[in-house]
Amino acid sequence: MSTNAHDAYYIPNKAVWPIIGTAGLVTMLAGFANYLNGSAAGSTFMIVGLMIFITMLVGWFTLQATESESGMYNHGVGISYRMGMMWFIFSEIMFFAVFFGTLWYTRNLSVDWLGGIGDGPGRSSHTLWADYKSAWPTNGPGKVGGKDGEFEAMGAFGLPFINTLLLLSSGVTCTWAHHGLLAKNRDQLIKGLIATVGLGFLFVACQAFEYHEAYTEMGLTLGTGIYGSTFFMLTGFHGLHVCIGAIILSVVLFRSWKGHFKPENHFAFEAAAWYWHFVDVVWLGLFIFVYLL
Amino acid sequence: MSAVVAEHDHHEEHHDHGPAKGLVRWLITTNHKDIGTLYLLFALAMFFVGGLMALVIRAELFEPGMQFVNPTFFNSMTTMHALVMVFGAVMPAFVGLANWQIPLMIGAPDMALPRLNNMSFWMLVAGVVLLASTLFMEGGAPACGWTFYPPLVLRDCGHALPFAVFSVHMLGISSIMGAINIIATILNMRAPKMTLMKMPLFVWTWLITAFLLIAIMPVFAGAVTMLLTDKFFATSFFDAAGGGDPVLYQHIFWFFGHPEVYVMILPTFGVASTIIPVFARKPLFGYSSMVYATASIAFLSFIVWAHHMFTVGMPMAGELYFMYATMLIAIPTGVKVFNWTATMWKGAMTFEAPMLFSICFVVLFTIGGLTGLMMAVAPTDFQYHDTYFIVAHFHYTLVPASIFILMAAGYFWLPKWTGNMYDERLARFHFWMSAISVNILFFPQHFLGLAGMPRRIPDYAVQFADWNMVSSIGAFIFGFSQLIFLYIVIKTIKGGTGEKVTDEVWEDASKHSLEWTLPSPTPYHTWSTPPTEVPSEHF
Repeated sequence: MSTNAHDAYYIPNKAVWPIIGTAGLVTMLAGFANYLNGSAAGSTFMIVGLMIFITMLVGWFTLQATESESGMYNHGVGISYRMGMMWFIFSEIMFFAVFFGTLWYTRNLSVDWLGGIGDGPGRSSHTLWADYKSAWPTNGPGKVGGKDGEFEAMGAFGLPFINTLLLLSSGVTCTWAHHGLLAKNRDQLIKGLIATVGLGFLFVACQAFEYHEAYTEMGLTLGTGIYGSTFFMLTGFHGLHVCIGAIILSVVLFRSWKGHFKPENHFAFEAAAWYWHFVDVVWLGLFIFVYLL
Repeated sequence: MSAVVAEHDHHEEHHDHGPAKGLVRWLITTNHKDIGTLYLLFALAMFFVGGLMALVIRAELFEPGMQFVNPTFFNSMTTMHALVMVFGAVMPAFVGLANWQIPLMIGAPDMALPRLNNMSFWMLVAGVVLLASTLFMEGGAPACGWTFYPPLVLRDCGHALPFAVFSVHMLGISSIMGAINIIATILNMRAPKMTLMKMPLFVWTWLITAFLLIAIMPVFAGAVTMLLTDKFFATSFFDAAGGGDPVLYQHIFWFFGHPEVYVMILPTFGVASTIIPVFARKPLFGYSSMVYATASIAFLSFIVWAHHMFTVGMPMAGELYFMYATMLIAIPTGVKVFNWTATMWKGAMTFEAPMLFSICFVVLFTIGGLTGLMMAVAPTDFQYHDTYFIVAHFHYTLVPASIFILMAAGYFWLPKWTGNMYDERLARFHFWMSAISVNILFFPQHFLGLAGMPRRIPDYAVQFADWNMVSSIGAFIFGFSQLIFLYIVIKTIKGGTGEKVTDEVWEDASKHSLEWTLPSPTPYHTWSTPPTEVPSEHF
């Protein structure tokens, strides 16, 4: 316990970035809603909102980095940040749980009920669609979407398996970079981060290729019944999170170049690494439940 | 943790200890008291907006037949009343209390993440603005019920749907950020001697509530995102033709929705457990059992959701499981009611306004709880489902419970925050008006429900006319009685009765909790040095 101000819990006096960020987000979302309703001005508002939001991110990150590097955050502040990140990742886990739960519920319960299996409420559906046989993958009794109602499911081996290897090795390079940071080996830190970010974007590129193939060759789109819906919702939100993670890691990489972070104080790196591993684990779940089984 | 707090950016603004000048202060503030005030005032405003919507509903239902509004607007009103009250009034009011009270009660200089705190509040405002904007839009506000059930919401929701969905996203982000902040504050910022089991019950209930919020708001966000893609991006999540299932939405919604109602009631329990001991002049009876009961209720809230869907068509095993699991909740809740009663037992009680509201809460919440037990029984629920009986049930657990306790909290802590005493005579008048009219308003709805009047309808069969009229009269008395509260609050902020309160405000309150050892009104910055001693639960 010291009376040195640098050793105290830092309480900022005022902040402009939160209200700017809120303004950006609400402009973007209101624009998107107008766009969906067919308004011509919607997309303009979306872009303006996004710009404001990005400005906020740059400004707020810069402020935090400057404060951190000038030693204003003591151990207590660091604990608050770590708790914040931990619980944020927990909320993300719950978000993905919704879509995994949806996949589980449809595959194991409701599609069977539609096909007249079990003592569930599905027997009444069976009178509507007497010919429908429960199966997975399926686009439902109405054969919704696909090429004339037909589509091909995405196999596990091939691109998805390569993507698994890419993400897993990016987890390794991320940890290697962390070891570099702890050992004060800046060269290893930067190389590790470049490899991680590179593998991340490579993953996204592969997934874009996979989506392209699904849409053009396989009749598999977001609109291809429940299989297409769950497939693209799960992999799409995961892909979005890979992008976010890779952007966070890029910021960390940029800061590493600028000479930021010390072995005993590098919350931003840790947060980015936790997030990256979380994205990694979600992918393993996807690979098993969406592609493999 | 450190003994001293850096209250400002000492590189630039060495002179600046207080708030910024003018209105900008409220836009950029990071002070937990400022943000708490913003939350509370916003919640109060929304309470009157939501209340006005309720009065539109009750005016239309005063007599059978269509009088004032068309059916779609009526349905918009039931939908918006619920959303505004839940997300605009009750939840923000408790977050406001958390902002004010948690740092004061645990001896912390501020919330752990002050900038995030500011963003939580403004995200809330932005979310509510997005939602309210639908009132002025082609097709009107959502008229599908606050639950947004498909397929109705996908076919019948005009231009409002994407705005409602994005509003939920923003409110969700706001709640999650607020909850993260509360958890980090409680776990990381307590005074050295404030062990977890010495925390005031209000802090405990908020810790658990915050966990619930982080677990459920993303679930709601996911559910409405699927509504959005079903409507605009051709997915089939809730469309049986594509292999989806509309019932799936109900499962996801209520996985969020059931813990959500506990988000509104657990902090209520916390405030009641804080107020009752002060006016009974005894320590809270069964402190640790209160903590465990709160945790049990929170746990159970995750495994009972389908009791909202008994009539939707579930396998028999599901009906039975959800019925028995739901009944279990009566046990920890009973523990709480018992403990509040036992706290008052042989206490040297006085009946100032906060205590009156709290005692009324214990009695009327128990009525709401018992009707809940009736509906937990699946076969009887088939009779009550979607009738006015459920409306009566959840309003008993929300109005004379959450709302009354918020009033109690206002009377209890306003003198501390402002340094001014409220008008006790007027406050008691407000109490009696509210307590009587709330029963005139909601008790007849039990009879209406048991007689078979469905909820969410603008017109009804003539045999329901008498009790509807009684209920509407109660509604208008209750609604206008709340103007007394508004008057008292404004008067107290502006100087109150002129009598300056002591630091302790209530007799021996400092034995119960730390905030009463601070000066009244509380200075802009408190606990820059954490307190060395904390109140003990036994005295």
